[in-house]
Amino acid sequence: MFRKAKHIREKYLEENMWPSIFCQACGIGTVLSCALRAIDKAKLDIDQTIFVSGIGCSSRLPGYINADGLHTTHGRAITFATGIKLARPELKIIVFTGDGDLAGIGGNHFIHAARRNIDMTVICVNNYNYGMTGSQLSPTTPIGGVATTSPYGNIESPFDLSALAIGAGAPYVAKWATIYPHETMLAIKDGIDKEGFAFIEILTPCPVGYGRRNKLKQGKDYLLWFKKNSIARSRYEKLSDEEKRSCDKIVIGKLNDLEKPEFTREWSRLVDQHFVE
Amino acid sequence: MKKHRTSPTTDSRYKPARPFNADEFGRVRRILGGKVLFVQGDAAVAYGALLAGCRFFAGYPITPATETSEILSQLMPRVGGVCIQMEDEIASVGAIIGASRAGVKSMTATSGPGFSLMQENIGYAAMTETPCVIVDVQRSGPSTGQPTEGAQGDIMQAKWGSHGDYELIALSPSTVQECLDLTIEAFNLSETYGIPVILLTDGIIGHMREKVVLPEFEEIELTWRREPTKPKEEFQPFLVDSTKIPEMAIFGTGYHTYITGLTHSETGYPATDSQVDHHRLVQRLCDKIRDNRDRIVQVERDYSDGDKDTIGIVSYGVTSRSVNSAVKMLRQDGLKIDHLRLVTNWPFPEKEVAELSERANRIVVPELNLGQVYHGVREAVAGRSEVIPLWKTGGEMHVPHDIVELVKGGVK
Repeated sequence: MFRKAKHIREKYLEENMWPSIFCQACGIGTVLSCALRAIDKAKLDIDQTIFVSGIGCSSRLPGYINADGLHTTHGRAITFATGIKLARPELKIIVFTGDGDLAGIGGNHFIHAARRNIDMTVICVNNYNYGMTGSQLSPTTPIGGVATTSPYGNIESPFDLSALAIGAGAPYVAKWATIYPHETMLAIKDGIDKEGFAFIEILTPCPVGYGRRNKLKQGKDYLLWFKKNSIARSRYEKLSDEEKRSCDKIVIGKLNDLEKPEFTREWSRLVDQHFVE
Repeated sequence: MKKHRTSPTTDSRYKPARPFNADEFGRVRRILGGKVLFVQGDAAVAYGALLAGCRFFAGYPITPATETSEILSQLMPRVGGVCIQMEDEIASVGAIIGASRAGVKSMTATSGPGFSLMQENIGYAAMTETPCVIVDVQRSGPSTGQPTEGAQGDIMQAKWGSHGDYELIALSPSTVQECLDLTIEAFNLSETYGIPVILLTDGIIGHMREKVVLPEFEEIELTWRREPTKPKEEFQPFLVDSTKIPEMAIFGTGYHTYITGLTHSETGYPATDSQVDHHRLVQRLCDKIRDNRDRIVQVERDYSDGDKDTIGIVSYGVTSRSVNSAVKMLRQDGLKIDHLRLVTNWPFPEKEVAELSERANRIVVPELNLGQVYHGVREAVAGRSEVIPLWKTGGEMHVPHDIVELVKGGVK
């Protein structure tokens, strides 16, 4: 176990960047760990793997990895990733993003990349708020959630990011929480192996930002909250229709896994039909 | 490496990052057909891009720039490149920056409303020193304005559109031939200096058909970014030599470069708390263009004999065409006219305008806006000559007579 951790650290981490910017008990470190283990398990060539991100806490992750990284503008990571992938289809693209980056300012890019089905793995740290700017309301803040721009409690319906991804056409969608690191790692690995747009939403603690305003002051409170308020998809599927209707838990697990034509493969077909020697 | 699937391009002609050479150039020439074409400005831009080796285009439909997208959506598959219609203009610039960092010359084309959206990522390209070409087929603004009418209202925005301090290059073609030639030039400049280059055409030239002569491979020079000369362990992505222009490691070549829009040190990693690093970085972003302004700036002089007491006219882009006719008419009437045409809008040809002010007592500045290059001219002239604007909006070019009247009226 520890030998494995050492292997991951030495192989993938950018030592010059430590210590990280993350707060105490932040869950983003767990997400990084899961992602690196998944990359290792998928046996990706790190020289041919490009990490792309937007703006926010989660978007700092590519900086901690010893690989090519592109830390872009707020919400736009997927557009840059699209350019890289289409320019060099042999590269693997991993996008790190957050709920505000992906679904707030970047919502349009998110749904269109899912629709186009361009091969990339989008890992979304969903911590229910804009952490870096000081815990403002985000598109996933639950109703009643207190953020610095919803001091009386949020009145807006939040996005279900995974449902949004499925609706937009993403062929692989999974939702996990950092309390399940092994399953999260496996989901990321599945996403990497998928030829197409893979979306992995990870519910992540933000005790210093969102948590302390919402009775989740400790990292442990979050993990217990995730555990109590989530239900595995396999168990959810076994519930009766009535039980499903009354179930207010977050369904986690692999939520979508379809075969769909991938963009660069389709484009290569199109090029081969029209190419002029 | 895991062999769970093959890359779609392993056995495919789809290879945007292919090396560009005489064979590739020849293939593009064959696809474009004859040596002499009769095409519109938007098409000439598309052809120029392909001849320059551009193999990635991302765009969003907008009048009067759409033809460039349409033509490249037809031609890119034929040359093994990519043309993608993005969800908006912000995404278009994001995509071309990504493609450029992955080693493919890339371009987008738009008009005013789209150009406004692009400013965010143009700033990112400037900060990260990523070569790319942005074509702005100007139309009347502000806002949606007159979609089908030409204008020259984005000159200031091209330079000052994104926040903070940076320099870039903007070029203004006056003919359809120049749309092609300056597109090639735009790629060369962006690759040489590691910056976004803006090609400022307009709705009139964009849709006007004219004769275009395609160049031969030997007739043009094509540049490519400097790739790393140091081994991977020693390479720092923003460490520069006396040129102040960094070498660029292409993604996927094993250099493990980290690129960010945050203030960064030579290593590429954030250095946002350092006043020294920030100042050094933005000063260099400006210096690498300012130091080379003599090499970059292009103007065309059509001056009268003698060296003083002339009447100067400073023009650029489509307006130069009206000025050319006006100059002929004015000279027939015996007036000494000096016409300075700015091919480069940014960096501003200050020195050239200042030289004109040594000859000309009065300088007329016709442009299709309510005063943009006028300000640059006044600054460069510094009171040595009288600067007289001739502004026009609404979508129509100046008729030569307008310019003649203004010049003559002032002579009385």
